[in-house]
Amino acid sequence: MIEIHNLTKRYEEAAVVDNVSLTLPESGITAIVGPNGAGKSTLLSMMARLIAPTSGRVLVDGLDVQATPGAVLAKRLAILKQNNQVGMRLTVNELVAFGRFPHSGGRPTVEDKRHVDEAIAYLGLDDLRTRFLDELSGGQRQRAFVAMVLAQDTKYVLLDEPLNSLDMKHAAAMMKLLRRTADELTKSITVVIHDINFASIYADHVVAMRDGRVMLEGGAVDLMQETMLKDIYDTVVKVREVDGHRLGLHYL
Amino acid sequence: MQAVASMSVRVRPAAGLMLAVGCVLALAAVSLFIGVADMPLGDLIRGDGGAQAIQLLLVSRIPRTVALLLSGMSMGVAALIMQMLFRNRFVEPTTTGTVEAASLGLLVVALLAPGLPIFYKMVVASSFALGTTFLFLRLVSKIPTGSSLVVPLLGLMFGGVINAVTTFFAYRYDLLQSLATWTNGDFSGVLRGRYELLFIAGGLAVLSYLAADRFTVAGLGESFTRNLGLNYGRIVALGLAIVSMVSAAAVVTAGTVPFLGLIVANLVSLAVGDNLRRALPWVAVSGAGFLLACDIIGRLVRFPYEIPVGTVAGVLGSGVFLFLLLRRRARFG
Ligand SMILES: Nc1ncnc2c1ncn2[C@@H]1O[C@H](COP(=O)(O)OP(=O)(O)OP(=O)(O)O)[C@@H](O)[C@H]1O
Ligand SMILES: [Mg+2]
Repeated sequence: MIEIHNLTKRYEEAAVVDNVSLTLPESGITAIVGPNGAGKSTLLSMMARLIAPTSGRVLVDGLDVQATPGAVLAKRLAILKQNNQVGMRLTVNELVAFGRFPHSGGRPTVEDKRHVDEAIAYLGLDDLRTRFLDELSGGQRQRAFVAMVLAQDTKYVLLDEPLNSLDMKHAAAMMKLLRRTADELTKSITVVIHDINFASIYADHVVAMRDGRVMLEGGAVDLMQETMLKDIYDTVVKVREVDGHRLGLHYL
Repeated sequence: MQAVASMSVRVRPAAGLMLAVGCVLALAAVSLFIGVADMPLGDLIRGDGGAQAIQLLLVSRIPRTVALLLSGMSMGVAALIMQMLFRNRFVEPTTTGTVEAASLGLLVVALLAPGLPIFYKMVVASSFALGTTFLFLRLVSKIPTGSSLVVPLLGLMFGGVINAVTTFFAYRYDLLQSLATWTNGDFSGVLRGRYELLFIAGGLAVLSYLAADRFTVAGLGESFTRNLGLNYGRIVALGLAIVSMVSAAAVVTAGTVPFLGLIVANLVSLAVGDNLRRALPWVAVSGAGFLLACDIIGRLVRFPYEIPVGTVAGVLGSGVFLFLLLRRRARFG
């Protein structure tokens, strides 16, 4: 369980995350939604001790992320940030293998190799294993990063816009993969996502943010209401039911 | 089946590396037997005039060759580590003010405590280098990321400012000539007793292999490093310490060779990638080989006169550099 207590982050007096308290479950998919600048990435980075909060605490299975040794936390929680500019020439295989570093300390065992192979296969990167990252398309690179984070094999996985630059097929495949990972390996996966319809279909739990505050903490059904979406995004979104799923139409 | 596949993958690069080591050793052998004073191999073996030949070998030829090997390898390694820490392909100790700061440190010693043993001179020079490089790294992390060329340009300016201060005082106190030898690599003056500090640089280059994975992770950036549970600040401190000591050792002995490390690290990156486990040995071997080759060329082109190795490396280096800029996206084996 990840418990967030009164978490606040200020940049020059302006609170970009404003006194947020949340509880993220032990397993399943949590979608964090909200407009640009709502504070989603900042919240995620604080949860993963990448940036220090101005005030408040985050507990992962009772461990305070600010006080717990990095190496201990790295076996429990993994994060992939929104923009990953990596200019290094590592092969896909090498990158994903670095995801095992918290477990292997640089001396990979058979078990580590198995995790790497699995993560690569899961994300359909088998043919690209020996390619250097700088020779991949944006979406392929994004999948390689997700594979790295999955190879880390942590109970909690935080992904900031993992669907970034993925095409339709791969975006849907990624969500299905996350669904399967959450179900089969009972992991808790938190994704920041802009496509509310993916949240509607795949998320067990939704957190909606706006201006640094939590607007909604509940199920996908609670999110997919026209008034709620209007409040969050400040724009009209029609909601229709298709094959038992509630879908938002914001193109109209 | 899988074991066999991974074995062959592991064996082949090692074989390539062994071949490269062989080539460098051959170059080293050639380097031993070039010089103004004649030293026929036959004399050495037969023994007539042998004492003199052996003396020459021990006092001058071997030190020079060893110094070239150690310098080349440590400068390459220092450049590669720096490129990981700065996350920029165009940095190395001579494009970040590191070498200039080491020279300033050495000048300060020459003015205030000229009698200090050379080891302590190196210590002072490396602490100047460390402080300055750390400062520069902080500065660079503050500026918004734009073109990757901004960082080395800023670094060259930064080095220029430090160098201006150094030159001013060197001029005032009549030390300009010494100053020139610190930064323009010249191995013609290397004699026994005057280059041994380079063993520290070489040793550090070898030791840095132990932290190869950490440097690679640092190259992925601070967020990735923290996510993997590593202490980013500690890796940076370690890397900068190695880079500073290597630069200082070079400055107090034979001098640095501008752009050598930068070019070698880029070529190796193109060929084998940036996983330092694989790249570091290659950079060490290629750096040593490149510097030896440049020195041999410099000694042969206008025999019996010598062209400083820095000049040769500059000419060859700019050619290679152009090739690099043009070939940057091409894929090698
Ligand atoms: N280092 C910083 N200094 C100052 N302000 C910042 C900093 N980082 C983020 N902000 C501000 O904090 C607010 C929240 O940013 P954040 O990246 O968390 O938004 P987000 O919800 O992830 O948005 P997006 O959907 O565009 O990714 C923004 O207004 C941003 O300008
Ligand atoms: Mg964001």
